[in-house]
Amino acid sequence: MIRSRLTAQRLAFLFLLGCFFFNYPLLSVFNRGGDYFGLPPLYAWLMGSWLALIALMAWVVEGKGD
Amino acid sequence: MLQSWVIVLASFFYLGILFAIAWYADRRADAGRSLIANPVVYALSLGVYCTTWTFYGSVGRAAASGIGFLPIYLGPTLLFALAGFILHKMIRVAKTNRITSIADFVASRYGKSQLLGGLVTVIAVVGVIPYIALQLKAVSNSFAILASYPDIVMPATAGAVPLFQDSALYVAMILAVFTILFGTRHLDATERHEGMVAAIAVESVVKLVAFLAVGVFVVWGMHDGISDIFSRAAVVPEVARRLTTADSPAAYGTWGTLVFLSLFASLLLPRQFQIAVVENVDESHLSRAVWMFPLYLFLINLFVLPVALAGMLHFPGSAVDADTFVLTLPMAYQQEALALFVYIGGLSAATGMVIVETIALSTMVCNDLVMPLLLRLPMLGLATRADLSGLLLEIRRWAIAIILGLGYLYFRVAGEAYALVSIGLISFAAVAQFAPVVIGGLFWKGGTRDGALAGLAAGFVLWTYTLLLPSFAKSGWLPDGFIAHGLFGIELLRPQHLFGLVGLDEITHCLVWSLLVNLGAYIGVSLQRAPNLREARQATLFVGGAEAAGIPAWRGGAGVTDLLPLAGRFLGSERAQEAFVRHARQRGLKGIEELPADTRLVNFAETLLAGAIGSASARVMVASVVTEEPLGIDEVMNILDEASQVRAYTRELEQKSLELTRATTELREANARLQQLDRMKDDFISTVTHELRTPLTSIRAFSEMLQEDPQIDLDQRVRFLGIIVSEAVRLSRLINQILDLAKLESGRAEWTVAAVDVAEVIREAAESLTVLFAEKRVTLELDACPAGFTVLADRDRLMQVLVNLLSNALKFVPADGGHVKVGAGALCVPGNPLRGQATVNEVRVSVTDNGPGIRAEDQEVIFDKFHQGAGTADVLTDKPQGTGLGLPISRQIIEYFNGRLWVESTPGAGARFVFTLPRQAGDNVAVLPGNTVPGGSWEHKKQTGGAP
Repeated sequence: MIRSRLTAQRLAFLFLLGCFFFNYPLLSVFNRGGDYFGLPPLYAWLMGSWLALIALMAWVVEGKGD
Repeated sequence: MLQSWVIVLASFFYLGILFAIAWYADRRADAGRSLIANPVVYALSLGVYCTTWTFYGSVGRAAASGIGFLPIYLGPTLLFALAGFILHKMIRVAKTNRITSIADFVASRYGKSQLLGGLVTVIAVVGVIPYIALQLKAVSNSFAILASYPDIVMPATAGAVPLFQDSALYVAMILAVFTILFGTRHLDATERHEGMVAAIAVESVVKLVAFLAVGVFVVWGMHDGISDIFSRAAVVPEVARRLTTADSPAAYGTWGTLVFLSLFASLLLPRQFQIAVVENVDESHLSRAVWMFPLYLFLINLFVLPVALAGMLHFPGSAVDADTFVLTLPMAYQQEALALFVYIGGLSAATGMVIVETIALSTMVCNDLVMPLLLRLPMLGLATRADLSGLLLEIRRWAIAIILGLGYLYFRVAGEAYALVSIGLISFAAVAQFAPVVIGGLFWKGGTRDGALAGLAAGFVLWTYTLLLPSFAKSGWLPDGFIAHGLFGIELLRPQHLFGLVGLDEITHCLVWSLLVNLGAYIGVSLQRAPNLREARQATLFVGGAEAAGIPAWRGGAGVTDLLPLAGRFLGSERAQEAFVRHARQRGLKGIEELPADTRLVNFAETLLAGAIGSASARVMVASVVTEEPLGIDEVMNILDEASQVRAYTRELEQKSLELTRATTELREANARLQQLDRMKDDFISTVTHELRTPLTSIRAFSEMLQEDPQIDLDQRVRFLGIIVSEAVRLSRLINQILDLAKLESGRAEWTVAAVDVAEVIREAAESLTVLFAEKRVTLELDACPAGFTVLADRDRLMQVLVNLLSNALKFVPADGGHVKVGAGALCVPGNPLRGQATVNEVRVSVTDNGPGIRAEDQEVIFDKFHQGAGTADVLTDKPQGTGLGLPISRQIIEYFNGRLWVESTPGAGARFVFTLPRQAGDNVAVLPGNTVPGGSWEHKKQTGGAP
């Protein structure tokens, strides 16, 4: 449950992680040509890390961690 | 087959289904079996965030800037990661205070200020109208494009079409009617619309499926998968540029700005606040939405870039607007059904947004703008009108119509100047102005109404100047000279390069200035004064949950007879009656007539009214019937400080308890000491009595013998009388000594202190005892008693000590051959302050005898009262010779003069009594430090504080 302070803090940690994932300077690493599995690096990175972040958020709030 | 009438029919059919769903959900809600009390429905209804701006506009933005459309969706994801801190708190605060809109939230937070609620409403309406215009534009464009099938023709610009042929006008009108039907069927005290939420959740599913359908068709129907599109895009230079984003600090700055802008927007847009906070049924639903809503956003964005690239490849040049790729790509491949489905998806996105946004705005306009004004106009007599619930609904209906009318107006005037995405961002920047007062208000107690007003007003003015007015100017509505040259031709005032700030895009530029000034004014003005009573109370309610429980909002009472009609006027008497009955039942009362006229009832009524007319108006209305006692400032401050006071009390109590424990220990020790003293006193009295009885008994015995038997011969008689006399002497000496001791111990003894020559006293004492010594044939030797050592003492007392010691010695030495020696000297040992040693400079006097000596264990005991040395019994009378008080008295005297008295002895080898007295400075005998005056045989190791 989100009421738990621990869950709220875990989510806040994911917020910081997300801020790092979705911003400069990490973005500049992927902002180039070439491809990962047929996808442009920037697209692959953003969609991949976004999905991973959502999965982590689901794991934090739905998991039985508390 | 895609004639206009088919599209119109499909549209109305779809809207009809939505309405049926809403109607059914409302019925279920009335029956108490809510359809939307489900976390998945809550998460889906949050999808109202995705409007036509997402549905059509994302592809357009992707075509223009590649992945640059994505930050708008990353921000909300990050917001939901903060759900535990921000959203959860907002929902809880809103529920306890019956908050009905973002304007109500801000007004309520800063002391239920009507002015503040009105300002927020104005900003929200002005800020959101372009956004509504955008929806109208999208629907009318998509209709026009679809209706021209199979040709792909871009619709004419809005202004070019005569008013009554403009489909956007009809769209606006239909949406207005539809929204009025949805949102204002009846007045609900909680301002919740279950049917609307259910319909919005369905619309979210429809638009998602529609977009995914287009995505799947484009990726797998038109191409061989995603990598196929990307590899084709990579070879066309113009398209390949969209695979990366601009690699400059400004571009990354814009990116970051958009992430945080959308984070705030997804919380503060009136429709988002309505769905996420007001319509929330159960706060536990939030935890599912934390990942489900971001997942929804992820899915709806998954195919945006591939569709945009495919559109650019398929429609080279700019013949087809990228905003329409979602619709035109299926049309280009003759997918009629898919195209119609996409149109319906776009319609879903538009209607969802317009319905929720206008309902939220109409609530704000009605509660925070119109009602406060109407209630202030005495000529309307509204304050006394019996039933206002109909009027409230009427106002909201008109508000909805007017808001949509304004949206249409903006669309006609400015709609063509911008792409969809830019219009949306203007709205985002407007509602971002709420961020400081809302988030600050949730976590900072110091914010005041003035601060909030100043911050919002300053931010709004800057937003208008740097973003809204340029948008009017670019659409030709205003002369655009001031954009290039600044207001009044002042270069520094160029709205998009304010004060020479260049290198930022217009959104970032606007946000930098407006939020900076907003935040600065909010904090700066708030800090001008401490929050007043009402602000402080509301701050406690919003910021700290638990502490607020005990703070009464009203200090007066009003009865049911006043409050029920009041509530009835706004809610309708039936609903008001129901609510009061429920309240009475909650308090365990039988009916509403039993409700006491107390503050709790007033609070209940205020909260109930707040749901219908907003917290600020509710307060005014309730105040009209409540006879409020003046709120003493001290009193309220006391209440507010209560928590801290309780903490202080606890600390004080702890301290007190500690002190008490300490005192108890001390008392217990004192008591123990008293008991011991008591025991000692008892011992003393019994000893004294015993000691007094012994001589008395023998005096009496011998006197009786003399009295009874007159024939006793003379020798015998003389002997008896001798004993009687000596016993009487002993008795009187004993009594004198007891009196003496009592005087000494109680401190009542009289002292005559003067400089005394020790040698002289010794000589005198020795002389007074010469006869006694001679009688017992004991030699008394005065060994090395140099004259000149003076001490400060009472001469007679000192004499008493010496006589005592000498007669003691005399008592114990054997007759014939006994030897007593008196010695005196001085000792000087320099002290060492570093080691805590004081300088020793004293006179020592010793009395040495060659008696039997004293056993080590007796050497202290002999100084106790009534203790008598072993073997002192008179051979003849078998009585002890001394009183047992001489040594204790001597010790008391010596200690009174800061000296010490002790005994050194080896059993069988005599005893030596020694006393010391501090030497008076300045006597005429020089004693070298570390030395003793010759003559005394001192044992240095026995000296306290002695030299090494």
